[in-house]
This record gives sequence, structure tokens and C-alpha cells, in this order.
Amino acid sequence: MPGTARQLLLGFLVFITIGAGPALAGGELHLGNGAEPESLDIHLSSGVAEANIQRDLFEGLIAEGPDASLIPGAAESWDISPDGTVYTFHLREDGRWSNGDPVTAHDFVYAFHRGLDPATAGSYAFILYPVKNAEAVVNDEMTALGNLGIKALDDHTLEITLNAPTAYFLDMLTHHMAYPLHRPSLEEHGSAWTRAGNLVGNGAFTLAEWVPQSHIKLVPNPHFHDAENVALDEVWYYPTEDEGQELQRYRADELDVSYDIPADQIEWIVENLNDEYRNFPYLGVYYYGLNTTAAPFADNVPLRQALSLAINREILTQRITRAGEIPAYSFVPPGVAFYQQQTMDFEAWDQSARNDAARALYAEAGYGEDNPLEIEILYNTSDNHKKIAIAIGAMWKQLLGVEVTLRNEEWKVYLASRDEKAYQVVRSGWIGDYNDANTFLDLFLSDAGTMNSTGYSNPAYDALLESAAMETNMVARQAMLEEAERIFLADAPVIPIYFYTTQHMIKPWVHGWVDNIKDVHPSRFLSVSEH
Amino acid sequence: MFSYAARRLASAVPTILVVITIAFFMIRLAPGGPFDQERQVPPEVAANLERAYHLDEPLTAQFVRYLGNVLTGEFGPSFRYRDFSVSELLADGFPISMQLGVSAMILAIVIGFSAGSLAALRRNTASDMAVMGVAMTGIAVPNFVVAPIMTLVLGVWFALLPVGGWGGINHAILPVLALALPQIATIARLTRGSMLEVLRADFIRTARAKGLSEYATVTGHAMRAAALPVLSYLGPATAGIITGSVVIEQIFGIPGIGRYFVQGALNRDYTLVMGVVIFYAVLIILLNLIVDLLYPLFDPRVRHD
Amino acid sequence: MTDLTLAPPRSPWRDATTRLRRNRAAVASAVILGMIALACVFGPMLSGYELDAIDWEKIQTPPDADHWFGTDGNGRDLLVRVLTGGRISLALGIAATLVAVAIGVTWGALAGYLGGTIDALLMRIVDVLYALPFMFFVILLMVFFGRDPVLMFVALGAVSWLDMARIVRGQTLSLKRQDFVRAAQAMGAPTRQVVMRHIVPNLMGPVVVFATLTVPQVILFESFLSFLGLGVQEPMTSWGVLISEGAETMQASPWMLVFPTLFLATTLFCLNFIGDGLRDALDPRDH
Repeated sequence: MPGTARQLLLGFLVFITIGAGPALAGGELHLGNGAEPESLDIHLSSGVAEANIQRDLFEGLIAEGPDASLIPGAAESWDISPDGTVYTFHLREDGRWSNGDPVTAHDFVYAFHRGLDPATAGSYAFILYPVKNAEAVVNDEMTALGNLGIKALDDHTLEITLNAPTAYFLDMLTHHMAYPLHRPSLEEHGSAWTRAGNLVGNGAFTLAEWVPQSHIKLVPNPHFHDAENVALDEVWYYPTEDEGQELQRYRADELDVSYDIPADQIEWIVENLNDEYRNFPYLGVYYYGLNTTAAPFADNVPLRQALSLAINREILTQRITRAGEIPAYSFVPPGVAFYQQQTMDFEAWDQSARNDAARALYAEAGYGEDNPLEIEILYNTSDNHKKIAIAIGAMWKQLLGVEVTLRNEEWKVYLASRDEKAYQVVRSGWIGDYNDANTFLDLFLSDAGTMNSTGYSNPAYDALLESAAMETNMVARQAMLEEAERIFLADAPVIPIYFYTTQHMIKPWVHGWVDNIKDVHPSRFLSVSEH
Repeated sequence: MFSYAARRLASAVPTILVVITIAFFMIRLAPGGPFDQERQVPPEVAANLERAYHLDEPLTAQFVRYLGNVLTGEFGPSFRYRDFSVSELLADGFPISMQLGVSAMILAIVIGFSAGSLAALRRNTASDMAVMGVAMTGIAVPNFVVAPIMTLVLGVWFALLPVGGWGGINHAILPVLALALPQIATIARLTRGSMLEVLRADFIRTARAKGLSEYATVTGHAMRAAALPVLSYLGPATAGIITGSVVIEQIFGIPGIGRYFVQGALNRDYTLVMGVVIFYAVLIILLNLIVDLLYPLFDPRVRHD
Repeated sequence: MTDLTLAPPRSPWRDATTRLRRNRAAVASAVILGMIALACVFGPMLSGYELDAIDWEKIQTPPDADHWFGTDGNGRDLLVRVLTGGRISLALGIAATLVAVAIGVTWGALAGYLGGTIDALLMRIVDVLYALPFMFFVILLMVFFGRDPVLMFVALGAVSWLDMARIVRGQTLSLKRQDFVRAAQAMGAPTRQVVMRHIVPNLMGPVVVFATLTVPQVILFESFLSFLGLGVQEPMTSWGVLISEGAETMQASPWMLVFPTLFLATTLFCLNFIGDGLRDALDPRDH
């Protein structure tokens, strides 16, 4: 708890200094947003593009500051029970929906019920599982709905009970699954409630216009409790699937912020537009999953380690991908809260030492010149994945004599192959759902089902994660998680390659943008000066 | 003529039904489903999703349900863009694709046909070489190369035209041009080839012998006869261009329906793909029928019995 | 009195080849195309670089003394890749186009000539094939038959003949009313002979032109197949794939786009002139 309190205080200070800075009134912000949103319904969407827009339209109990630190949102204060399982939130009195109605605790209860209701079929429902009986509700044990651990004690007091103390619970409340909903407008409009003119939210902005595949336009919500500090007049989100074209629109001043940048033009951008280029670590890891349920990796840890050692991650990130990615020698990225990165020892070696170790392990695994390994790398169609696979395949071939074939499949087919474990080496990536090591480590529990695409199963690992889930002492919990990752890395069911970075182009007339590891930039803190 | 048209329209119905049936099963048999994503959902949630969209029913039952819906004009919600129905997405996007496509086609027909005729008349001269040279470049260089170059030069370096979006003549110039260029080239080539044939034909010699001026000969007789293969090509070409070019729409950020053909398939958005398939089928059948009805206008010998 | 000696009967094919040989543009094009083909077949062996050899020091570098065409995003020599890719593209482009011509001409000519219900049936099948979503067809091919390279031909051939069939049918509708066809029918020639000897040769004009337009389509379409996982597999490549890759990095490394496009464009120009020459040579009325 002390850790969280300190974090929140820090966040508050940052918020006060940055957020309440010179409020430059007026201005339009045009943002490239990647994909066209699949839905603005907070319970039906699962992507980043949608989350960006929803973050402007709604506000959860906890909100995010300009640097993504946790700040009070719809709740102005909260108490946590000594055993860490009961949170009592005191909602602010001046919280309002965009049509003027007050935001009450019942709005949160209604939203949580709907989010977990099997009929809603929300794909991210599992993120609320720490709430008591949430999982039972999703499994359609309807008797559990009355026992769901969320209650409105009165209009402005909300009590949430958890299954076990959950260190990252406040961070999770910033997820769009935990936003409130305005019941009357959902009942009136049904499935059309997310359309412009129908959507009622409690965030800093409301939905003015939505032309599919063209743009989404937001305007300030006059009833927002902090409306006087919202500087922008209009926020425009554009679907920008092609990064090359997005960059061109940016250069033509049609976009103020870009969602991403074309990988091959990084050098040009750094030479010509360096002041406008932002590159920051992201809470995600790019890795190769190894199918541990079949040959050649089943029961062959030396082979897995050999292949991992043989990859020169420095050359890969410096010369092939060149987007400032950080070579990965652990699975959980750096910068995760309550966690010490578990870097493997060979990070400190130089590549020739790694190569020697790789050769030794390869021989130990039973392979050599007269018995070369034949292996196939599966990846989904993408120039970036292809380049990396070609480079890694060449490294394995040059150093160990491995015969590598490459197989690319389009997205859905790739997902099916991966889920069915119809692969040997599969390109994978994982972005954390919240800022805690557990979102990375839970993937590899034996009972994680298809989420555990490598088929990794180690009872010691499972046991540590289960104890950590019930542990109230933060220090003890951290030790358990770290030990679990050490076991995991030693077993090497995956080969971590690099940690993601996010990249954006930002025009000099945009203010208030703070790079952060969650890549969260609420528009209420942004402003645009004359240009 | 009318009985022919009526018969063709009547045969359109079973044709479309065949298309719907084959497409429906083709789409469902492909691996991967609309709700498969990077983040695998827990089995209970997956079961809920399938139930909500009737994906847990046997395939034939789903087909019957879908057919019933289509016959009442109900194309269903998009699996991927869950806030919109397929009809809405098509209704919003089609007028834009049509504006883009028809403008490009008209431009392509006018310029392509004239250039091709000119080249044929001045065969083996400099103008012929010039026209054919430009045409071949237009065919050899794909539009996903030409369009970005156009936006770079005219949109970024010289800032004359907007790079993306749709909303006024300014936004339309570059995409229409980019879309039209390969068609201009193809139509010019076809016209030239066809024109060369026609110019040697007997009835042209007759017209000339009768003393008709070169101009009257060419425009009056040759062009009309030369148009026939071009006309045959225009049917499917127009359908293709009206349903939007995927590449052009993506590059210029135009909210047409072109992208739904590819994106819909990649997303396994079953209802959206079926919607555009049906739409495209109707368009193709209609356009091919129109082309067939136009043949006699261009070549009086062609008769439909 | 002059002695009128009848010249020995000339075969129409010998006639055609003579005329073709006299067409300078066509001959020059054939020579250039031949050189390209030879370069693609033998060039890679002479270059000293492997198709998939990575030059770690020179990743995505412009042309220089070591790498005449520069290197690609993985540090592989572009010259070797363009030439090797040419083998696939040339073979695929021409073969798939020939298949498309064969099917399209037969289908269209029969539909146009026989008319009535057969025409309706054949053309409705064409309509259906136009409307079906091609991507799923390719995906299902891969599901049922794996990634056989032969499937590439099937996939490409399956779409390319449709336009050809429509054009041929249109021409046939016009041709079948002409006098020389009527004459042949009056003489009692069987359908097969009328179609093969009278209709098809007169079609060759638009067919040849359209065939030369089909080749680039096929070559570029193959890169779309690669996107779906069916086309050429790494490290093998093709002009279509190289052009797609080059288009992605157009600004940063233009050489990756320029060289394969140059080869493709030159090939098309040559095919164009050869095609024109063929049409002129085969045209029975051009004296």
C-alpha cells in the first residue's frame, strides 16, 4: 500500500505541475490513430485505437495523468481495508455525464454487471476477474450476479470486494472495462448507443461525429468536472493503417500527431525531423515461442538455450529493425512496477562468448554438422517480421548450421496455427494489460489454455504464481514473481528478442504530450498553439 | 431486345443465389474466425461470443438463417465494426466509391479511347510511339508506386493538393488520377489494337471508296467498330473500379467500400464479406448485361436472339 | 508471251514467320527479352553472391562497386535477387498468361458462337467466378492442398481468363455474322472447323493485345499471393515481391524499387512489340 500511495502522490504532483499549466484555450488536434475502431462500446472493444478514443469519452474511478500516472478520476478518494480485499471509493459530487446527469455509484455497478454479463460477450471481461465472483458471472452461473463483489453503498459510495489482495488493482481500474455507463441512454438506444448524438459519457469530451473509415470528431464535454482546464476545441481521430501515407499526411500538416512511423524511414526522420520524433520504451516484448510439446524442443532445454544464445540481438536491433528497440534478455520488460528486471547472465557477455556457449549446447542437444537441426519459423505476413526471421534464420545457419525454412501466413490463419500448436518456432509479441509483472507471467501457467501457446508446463512455476496471487506482503510477492521468471528463463520455452518502443511524430505546436511506458496521452491535457 | 433483357434479368436471380451459396461456405471453411485475436479469450467468453452470433449452430442452419435474412434485406451487423450494420457501411461507402470510380472511368474512357485511336491512325509515327510508351509505363508501374509518388510531389513538396481524406474537388483530383492511369493505359492499348484491325476492314475501304472524308470515315465507322473489345473489357473493369480500389482508398484515406473486400476477408468479417460479395455480384451482372445490350449499337451485325 | 508460273503454295505459318522477322521492333524486342531471360537463368551463378547471403556490414545500402544494384533490407545483394526473381516472374507470367489465353479463348469463342442457352450458361459461370471472393479461394486452396507451387498457377490461372473470355465472346458475336463465316457454314463445315479456322484467327488481334496486358497483372498479382502465404517462399523471390518491398521503402532506398520495376517495364515493352508483331504476322487480311 505505501508504494501505491507514493505513486499516487507523485502522480498528483505531476498532474498539478503539468496538467494545470498554461491552459492555452482553443485549437484543433488531428491525431493519426492506426486502425478504424471496431467499436466504441467499452465492453466490446479490445484494441489500442479504441482505448485512446474511449479514454477521452469516459472516466473511470481512477484516471491517468499526462504521464499515465494514476490520479483520482470519478472517485476523489478511497479507502482500502487492512487485508487488501475491500476498496471503498468516494465519488466526487461534481461528476457529471455529458447530458448533465450526475455520475453515481449505481452507474459503475450497472457497467460492471453489463461487462461481465455473458450476453454482452465482451472479450476483455477477464480483466475484471480479480473482483469477487466475476469469473463465475462470466461462466454464466447467474446465481453469482447478486454476489458480485461490487456494491453501491449510496449514490456516491462504491464498495468493491476482491478475491485476494491485488497490488495492481488501481491500475486496472483505468482500463476501459471499468468505466461507468449511463443506463438511460443504453436502454433507450440499445446497440446504437455508441453513435454520435446518442453516446453519453463522463469524460472530458463527447462524440460529435463518426464517419466510418474517415474520421471521429470529439468536442469538449461542458459538464466535465475539470472542463475549465480542457484546452482543445476539437479532437479529430483518423484511421491511418498505412504508416508511409500517415507520414505524408503528417508532413502535409494534415495530422498533428502520428500513430506510428514507417520503419524504413527512421534514418531520414532522425536526420530531418528529429525534434518532432518521439521514441519511448513500451510495455511489450517481441519473442519467438517454441513449441515445447513436440520435437525438437520437447524435453530439450539445451537446444532452446543454444538457439537463444546464437542470436545477436544487438545487430538485429541496430541494423535490421533500427527503431530503437531494446534487446531483451528477460521476458518482463524493464520499468514494470514492483519488479526488478530478471536479465539473463549472457546479456553481459560479448557475442563471441555467446556463440561458443551456443555451439556447446547445440552439440549437447545432439546436433552437429552431420546431424543438422531442421526447423521452421512461422510468422504472420509483415515486412518487419519477415526481415527479423530472415536475419535470425541466417544467424542460426551461419553459426550452427541449422537448416531454416520460413513460413508466413496471413493473420487469422497464423492465429489458428499458433493456437493449434501447428508450428515449431512462432513469432509472438505480448503487450501488458496493466503495469505489473503478472500480466506477462500469467501467460505461461499450465492451465492458461490457448493463451499459453508454447505448452510450457512447470509445476514449480505454477505454484509460485499461485502463492504470489494470494500474497499480501508486497516484498514477498515480488520475490516470488522474480523467482518464477528465473525458472521460466532457465527453461527457455521462449526466446525473448526485444522490447517494444512506441514512436510518434508530434508537431511543435502540440503541448502537454509526455512520453510514458503505457503510451497513454489523454487529450484533456493536450493543447495546440497558433500555427 | 426487351425479351432478351428480361431473360437475362431472370437468370440473374439463380446466378446470385449460386454466388451466395458458394461464397457463404467458402468463407466459413477458411481457418480462423472473426473473434480470433492476439489475446486469446478464455473459453467461456469465446462460447458467449459464438452464441451471440449464432456461430455455434451447424453450418447449414446458419446458412438458412442467413439466406432468410438476406431475402428480407437484412445483411446483419458487421462482425468487426460492431457498432455498424453491413447495410450502413455499404450505404455510407458506396456513393464515395462510385463517385471516385465513375469519374476515373469517364476520364479513362475519354482519354484512353482518343489516345488509342490517335495512335492507330498515326501508326508507327512519333505520336504512336509516345502514346504507347506512356501507356506501357502506366501498365508496368503499379498504382501503389505511382500514388505515393504523386502525393509526395504534389501534396508534400509542393503542397498543392491535400494528401488524404475526402470532401471536395481538391481531395478528388489525385485519387481519381491515380485510379484512372492504369485504365487509360489499358483502354488506349486495346483501342489501338482494335482500331488497327478495323481500319483494314472491308467496310472501311468501302466508305473511303465512296468518297467519305477521312474524318467522317474514322469517326463514323471505325471508332464505333473498334469500340467492341473495349466495351467487353469495360463491363468487369467498371465494376472493379466502382467497388473501389483497395490500394487507392488506403493510400488516400478515402472512406469507400474497396477496403472491405480485402479487410473483410482478412478479419473474417463474415457478414461484411457476404455483403460486398452480393453487392459486387449484382453490379457485375448488371454491367455485363448493359454491355451486352450495347453491342448492337456499336456493331449492327450483333444480334441477340 | 509471258510464262505464268504458279508459285508453290506457302504455308500460312511460314508466311507469318517471314513477316514477323521483317518487323524490326519485334525482332529487337525478342533479342532484348532473350538477353533478360539469359541473364536471369545464368546471371546469378556468375555474380558470386548467393540469393540469401547476408552482408552484415552493408544492410540496405545504395549501389556501389560490390553490389551493383545495392542491397535490400536484410543486406542481400539486389542484383542476384532481381535476376533470380526474374526466373519466377518470367516463367509464371508467360505460362499463366498462356493458360489464361487457352481457356479464355475457347470458353469465349464457344459461348459467342453457339449462343443461346450454352452462351447463357457459360457466361453466367463467368459472372459467378467474378463475384466470388478470390482471397478465400486462395486460402482454401492452401488449406486443402498445402503450399504446392503448382497451386500458384492454379490460383493465378483461375482469375486471369475471365476478362479474356468476355472479350473473345464479344468479338465472336460480331464475327459470326460476317460473310466468310456464313460462307463456311453454308459449305457445311463442322462447328469445330468454323471456330478454329475462321473465328479464332480473326480474334488474335485483341487477344494478343490483351494477353500482353495480362502478363503484368499476373506478375504483380503473384505478390498478393505471397501476402497470403501462397506465392514464392523466402528466400526465393519474384519481381512482384521485390516491387512490393521496394514500394514500402521508396523514399529511404529507391534502388530497391527502381531496379525490379525497370526489369518489369522493359519486359513488358518487349512483349508489347512482340505481341504487335505477332498480331500483324498472323492477321490473314494484312497483305
